[in-house]
Amino acid sequence: MNPPPVPVRLETDALIDDRRTRIIVCCGSGGVGKTTAAAAIGLRAAERGRHVVVLTVDPARRLAQSMGLTHLDNIPRPVDADFPLSGSLHAMMLDMKRTFDEIVEAHADPDRATQILANPFYQSLSSSFAGTQEYMAMEKLGQLHHTDEWDLIVVDTPPSRSALDFLDAPQRLGRFLDGRLIRLLTAPAKPGRAYLKMLNAGFSLVTGTLTKVIGAQVLKDMQTFVTAFDTMFGGFRERAESTYRLLQTPGTAFLVVAAPEPDALREASYFVERLEGERMPLAGLILNRVHVPAATRLSAARSIAAAETLENHEIPEGTEDSAGPPRYALAAGVLRLHAERMQLAVRERRVAEHFTAAHPTVPVAEVAAQPEDVHDLKGLRAIGLSLASRAAHG
Amino acid sequence: MLTVAGLEKYRGGDSLTGMSARDSDWEGVRLHVVTGKGGTGKTTVAAALALALSYHGRKVLLLEVEGRQGIARLFDCPPLPYGERKIGIGLGEDGRPGGDLYALALDPEGALLDYLEMFYGLRHAGQALTRLGLVDFATTIAPGLSDVLQTGKATEATRRRARGREVYDAVVMDAPPTGRISRFLNVSVEVSGLAKVGPIRVHADSVARVIRSPQTAVHFVTTLEEMPVQETLDGLAELRALGGMQLGGIFINMVRPHGVAEAGLGAAAAGRADEAEIALGLKAAGLPDSQALAADLAIELTDHARGVALQERERRELATVGQPRYELPAITDGIDLGGLYALAEVLRAQGAA
Repeated sequence: MNPPPVPVRLETDALIDDRRTRIIVCCGSGGVGKTTAAAAIGLRAAERGRHVVVLTVDPARRLAQSMGLTHLDNIPRPVDADFPLSGSLHAMMLDMKRTFDEIVEAHADPDRATQILANPFYQSLSSSFAGTQEYMAMEKLGQLHHTDEWDLIVVDTPPSRSALDFLDAPQRLGRFLDGRLIRLLTAPAKPGRAYLKMLNAGFSLVTGTLTKVIGAQVLKDMQTFVTAFDTMFGGFRERAESTYRLLQTPGTAFLVVAAPEPDALREASYFVERLEGERMPLAGLILNRVHVPAATRLSAARSIAAAETLENHEIPEGTEDSAGPPRYALAAGVLRLHAERMQLAVRERRVAEHFTAAHPTVPVAEVAAQPEDVHDLKGLRAIGLSLASRAAHG
Repeated sequence: MLTVAGLEKYRGGDSLTGMSARDSDWEGVRLHVVTGKGGTGKTTVAAALALALSYHGRKVLLLEVEGRQGIARLFDCPPLPYGERKIGIGLGEDGRPGGDLYALALDPEGALLDYLEMFYGLRHAGQALTRLGLVDFATTIAPGLSDVLQTGKATEATRRRARGREVYDAVVMDAPPTGRISRFLNVSVEVSGLAKVGPIRVHADSVARVIRSPQTAVHFVTTLEEMPVQETLDGLAELRALGGMQLGGIFINMVRPHGVAEAGLGAAAAGRADEAEIALGLKAAGLPDSQALAADLAIELTDHARGVALQERERRELATVGQPRYELPAITDGIDLGGLYALAEVLRAQGAA
């Protein structure tokens, strides 16, 4: 039998100590502790002397509080802690609407900006659409990078439905801009060329159908919006593309975060493949919330056998003496508990091995499951420490 | 697999003597919207609820949104094409076989084409629009539109009638996660910014009427962990603030049995696990090096006890909102079809279906 695959160890300390690392992007499916991991890495990097800003997209209130921040509002706020090596830590939460508004205000003349900001389509696009979040996170990352105020930016990607919407933002925008529909809406076909004639025929079908389906007023709002926005589109795409290229440079490190569960690791595999496909620099996988029993030397099978032995010793019900409950009940319960933990650990190990078998070159670092959710810097520090220490499973 | 002890505890009732489940807490509800934080097992619970609802003679539709294909994975079948198809037999009862369970994986594009065909007889025009990028357009720039198309499909299936009666006895929707649910369901308001008048508005209003009727209930799935519980409470408060929507049950998923008697847990949680007593037992069971082993196992017990204490705190927190609560045992080794039926049975016994 082949020995189980052993992954290369992901050295997160080496990564954050390397001054050439300027951007760390944490990605992964929802509910795996991605935001916490990003905050923990940011804190650890600051404590090791880096000037760090953590950009989070939708932190749980308690996580913001854990960094001592009462409000996260699109502005990097300093985290109050002692950084012995003259490092520093800022944290901010993306406010996508405000980020979007600022771009509009910065890139359109005042009249046009007012017109755009008041358009119902713009309002719904900028405040409620999930895809906007990815795009604005990208935009904000570009902005933070340009200020050059921090030497390390840690980004926590939005909890996207499809894994890498974050990376898709520029392309999606491009596809949208180049879309025939937009051209139809903004510039009704000029006569002469054959394909435009065809489009022209299509145009009346489209506008006719659209009017029927969504109503003339919506169509008009849509056209107004697209027309007003048209001049800005180019700049949008350019910036999105330049951020995309920035992500491809060696100064960026992608960390895929996953819990040791089949679903999360399936997603992680998908992330890894996507990142490789996009030639994005993947630093490794963070396996979060790994359960490590204290007594690994006692197997689940032996533990259960021992528990059964003790349970068979139990005095049959109704005949126990007044001395109290059976004296082995606690030990038997603890043994059953241990067996469960060992089984869980074995399962987790197995899914991790499957991942490594499929992606043998991807370095892995493990974080032991913490008994409680993170409430303060101490909790974040513990996660950073667990991440940096030797693999949880020894 | 479920441990038998674990399952019996949750079945409630007296399943051994074949007594049937108690009445459902949701009589009259025909559209069950299931939401929950990512990672809490929302899809699993939605599927188990659908199985529990499709008892003898009934026909139930399980819907998922946004083309995630979680249902196909759960039922171990190839990705579902856009279309309602039978994927299983519901939970049987009293020796009678279950009813029919259908599934539909919704995506905005399919929902849009459906909408065009159903209301305008415009299938071909719809396809032309797809080619022209209208769907991209809708999902990129008119967010409320794709939501209203998907909720619209759910309400249409709920109301659909044939031969003088409703086609489906119940529709279960595996909805977007808690963070997005109020926006997703508040279609009429979301769309009104875009369309003050016109057909989309009319459509949205009719969808909203079903969602805000006693026929619809919004259920929340959570685990006994801090963040999911907080999101559940926030989500419930948000829906309550919107008004007019029927709040459903709280489905507490992946509950683990305590395993150790309360007294032992209490001491351990306080950091006073009785190492000597454990060591005595280990020795009696013939395990070597019982002292050192007892010390390590005491650490595990303390860890466990703290976890249990935290769970209890979250459980109390959930009890404060006053919605019906159902507990589902943790199924280790991944959910298979057998596990789904076991969960369905647990839900039925507790009155969720």
